[in-house]
Amino acid sequence: MLRALGLGAVLYGFWLVLSGHFEPLLMGFGIGSSALVVYLALRMDVVDHEGLPVDLGVRFWLYLPWLMKEVFVSNVRVARIILTPGLPIDPILVKYHASQKTDLGRAIYANSITLTPGTITTWVDEDSLDVHSLTWIDVDGREEDEMDRRVSWVEQGVVG
Amino acid sequence: MTLVIEILSWASIVLGLFFMVVGTIGVLRMPDVFTRMHAAGMTDTMGAGFLILGMCLQAGLSLLAARLVLVYAFLLFTSPISTHALARAALAGDVEPYRKPRGDG
Repeated sequence: MLRALGLGAVLYGFWLVLSGHFEPLLMGFGIGSSALVVYLALRMDVVDHEGLPVDLGVRFWLYLPWLMKEVFVSNVRVARIILTPGLPIDPILVKYHASQKTDLGRAIYANSITLTPGTITTWVDEDSLDVHSLTWIDVDGREEDEMDRRVSWVEQGVVG
Repeated sequence: MTLVIEILSWASIVLGLFFMVVGTIGVLRMPDVFTRMHAAGMTDTMGAGFLILGMCLQAGLSLLAARLVLVYAFLLFTSPISTHALARAALAGDVEPYRKPRGDG
């Protein structure tokens, strides 16, 4: 129930930011449409820790800046490869170990890998990921091990 | 102060355009579907990211900036999922990933 109310609050905040209307009538419509979406979500039975990971907590926000830095670094690396005349690529499919214990943690790790250019997650298993990489250098393991550790750290901050 | 923000804003927009153009060149130069996805990933992380950052600086602290941040947040959540789905579909369709030709086989 608390989670449903949380979902309603998030949806209504979202509605306010997108609409920019603060007249009483329109704000009432906003409450109505948020309530309708919460009702539909409850009927679909998707109001759980996956549909609304509010318990992800503060650690995710500490992880985000590091992820953006990684995204920037690999963007520059891929840009350099593209602009090099000989196109020095050496694509390979590799398997990574994933130490996360929950689906949410694995999803964060897999999406983080895909988000950084030069690596794409193609398959997710219980304790490993298949990753397609643009060059061998991208998969020497050091960077991914650090990402794996950091995502596990984010995951441990999840309560419930 | 306004001048500083203008300069930062335009520098960011130009940087975003640079990543967009390089990503597009990459899509054209790469040999197969998987490597092309790597190049396309640049356009929706840093390309769109710097463009939106530049637009946020233009908008200032306003509702408009909040909306732009939301646009980027949705992009960050959805683009890896579509990339992943595309890669899975290509693998399921038996597309052989390109390998660098080796001299000795």
